[in-house]
Amino acid sequence: MTVNGEEVTREIEGRLLLIHFLRDHLGLTGTHWGCDTSNCGTCVVWLDGEPVKSCTVLAAMAGGHEVRTVEDLEQDGKLDPVQQGFMECHGLQCGFCTPGMMMTARALLDRNPDPSAQEIREAISGQICRCTGYATIVRSVQWAAAHEAGSRTDETDSPETVATGTAS
Amino acid sequence: MQVPAPLEYERATSVDHALGLLERLGSSARLLAGGHSLLPMMKLRLANPEYLIDINDLHGELGYIRMEPAQIRIGAMTRHRELLESDALAEAFPIFRDAERVIADPVVRNRGTLGGSLCQADPSEDLSAVCTTLGASCVIRNRTGERVVTMEEFHRGPYETAVEDGEMLVEIRIPVRGGGSSAYEKVERRAGDWAIVSAGAAVWLDGEVIADARVGLAAVGPNTTGLPAVSEALRGKRPSEDLYERAGALAAENCNPATDMRGSADYKRHLAKELTRRALRRSVARINEGV
Ligand SMILES: Cc1cc2nc3c(=O)[nH]c(=O)nc-3n(C[C@H](O)[C@H](O)[C@H](O)COP(=O)(O)OP(=O)(O)OC[C@H]3O[C@@H](n4cnc5c(N)ncnc54)[C@H](O)[C@@H]3O)c2cc1C
Ligand code: FES
Ligand code: FES
Repeated sequence: MTVNGEEVTREIEGRLLLIHFLRDHLGLTGTHWGCDTSNCGTCVVWLDGEPVKSCTVLAAMAGGHEVRTVEDLEQDGKLDPVQQGFMECHGLQCGFCTPGMMMTARALLDRNPDPSAQEIREAISGQICRCTGYATIVRSVQWAAAHEAGSRTDETDSPETVATGTAS
Repeated sequence: MQVPAPLEYERATSVDHALGLLERLGSSARLLAGGHSLLPMMKLRLANPEYLIDINDLHGELGYIRMEPAQIRIGAMTRHRELLESDALAEAFPIFRDAERVIADPVVRNRGTLGGSLCQADPSEDLSAVCTTLGASCVIRNRTGERVVTMEEFHRGPYETAVEDGEMLVEIRIPVRGGGSSAYEKVERRAGDWAIVSAGAAVWLDGEVIADARVGLAAVGPNTTGLPAVSEALRGKRPSEDLYERAGALAAENCNPATDMRGSADYKRHLAKELTRRALRRSVARINEGV
C-alpha cells in the first residue's frame, strides 16, 4: 500500500487491523487508538481520500490502496491550515482526539471550503473529544477555512486547485 | 485489545471470482464488504470465519444506483454515503436520505454498504426497514444463476438471511410508481446510535385518496417489520390526522418490541405509534408539496 505517498510492503497476518499496522509496524503513532469499537474516531485516517476508522479496517484491505495519516498534514515543514487552526483556537486540550479530528476536518475542507458550524459538527459527529472541547474544535476548523480562503484570493491558483491540493 | 481470530484473507476481483471462492471455501468463508458490522463482531469473537473474502474491489461492478422507469436498481456494494448523496434517489424516495442522515456517522458511512446492511439482518438495521417499507426485492446470485426474493423472504430471522453458502446478494430492486412519496423517522439515544425504534412510510395518492401505503419498522421485533394491517387500514381513505392516529395504533399493536438497554417494550410501542404517524404525515405533506 501507499502510506503518506510512500510505497510500503510488509508480510502481515490477515487479521491485523490497519490501526496496529500503522502504529506498531510503521511506527506512525500520530494516529491514536481509543475505543477499539468504531465509536470514538481518534483512529481516523484516509483510505483513498476518504476518512475511515482504522480500528475497523484490516490492514490487508488497504493493500494496493492509498493511506494518509496525520503525519502527512505537515508539508515541507509547513503546518496544514487545519493544524494551525487547532493551535490558534485551542482546538486541543489533551490532544487524544486531535489526529482524527484534523483528518476529518481536512477532508471536509477539501470538499467544502466554506462549511457552516453545523456542517463541521456533522462531519465530526462520529468522533468523540473526551475533553469535550467541541466548540474550540469547530472554531479551529473555521479558522482554517477562513485562512485558506485568504490564501486562495492571494494566490493565482484557482479555488479548485488549492482546495484539492493536499488531497492526493 | 480486541483482535479477530486468525484468518485467511482473500480478495475477490469480480463477482464471478467471489462466487468461485465462496463455492470452494464453503461455510468456512464470509464475505467482507464495508466490514463495519462483521469486523466488530470478529473482534468480539462473535464471528470467527476461517476465510474472509474482501469484496471491496467489486465496488466498480456492484456500486451503482440505476434509475429506470419502473424500478430503481441499487448494487449491493453501494456505500451509505453514496445513498445519502444521490439526488436522483432522494427525489424518487426521500426516505433514503432521511434514513442515511441518521445511520451511524459520516466516517462509518464512508465504508458501510447497502448489501452488508441487509445481509447483517440486524433487527435494528435502518436500511432493512427502508427496503421493507418500499417493497424492495433482493437479487441473490450463485454460480448457476440468479433468484429474486422479497424482503420478507430475504430476512429469515435475526442475523439470518436467504443467502445460502456459495451465494451473494448482488442487487436490490425498488419498484417505482407515480404519485407517491416517503419518509423515515428515527429515535436514538445519541447521534449516530442504533434506533430505539424507527419507522418508514411510503404513500401513493390517487386524487385525494390513498391508493396504497406501506409502513416498515425497525428494532421492534426479530426482523424489520412490514405491516400489512396498516396498509389495509390506509388504502382507499383520505389522509387525515385521525387516520394517522389509527395507523399508528395499529403499528403499535402489530409489532413485538422487547425491553432492553435502549428502552422498555411499552416505550418502544409508544414510539412505533408516534413515529408511524409522523412518517405518514410527512410522506403525504411531501406529495402535496411535490417533493
Ligand atoms: C459505530 C457504528 C454505528 C452504526 N450505526 C448504525 C445505525 O444507526 N443504523 C444502521 O442501520 N446501521 C448502523 N451501523 C451498521 C453499518 O450501517 C454497517 O456498515 C452495516 O450494517 C454493514 O455494512 P457493511 O458493508 O459494513 O457489512 P459487513 O460488515 O462487511 O458485512 C455484514 C454481513 O453481511 C455479509 N455480506 C456483506 N455483503 C454481502 C453480500 N453482497 N452478499 C452476501 N453477504 C454479504 C457479510 O458476510 C457479513 O456477514 C453502524 C455501524 C457502526 C460501526
Ligand atoms: S479507536 Fe477506532 S473509532 Fe475509537
Ligand atoms: S482534546 Fe482531549 S480528547 Fe479531545
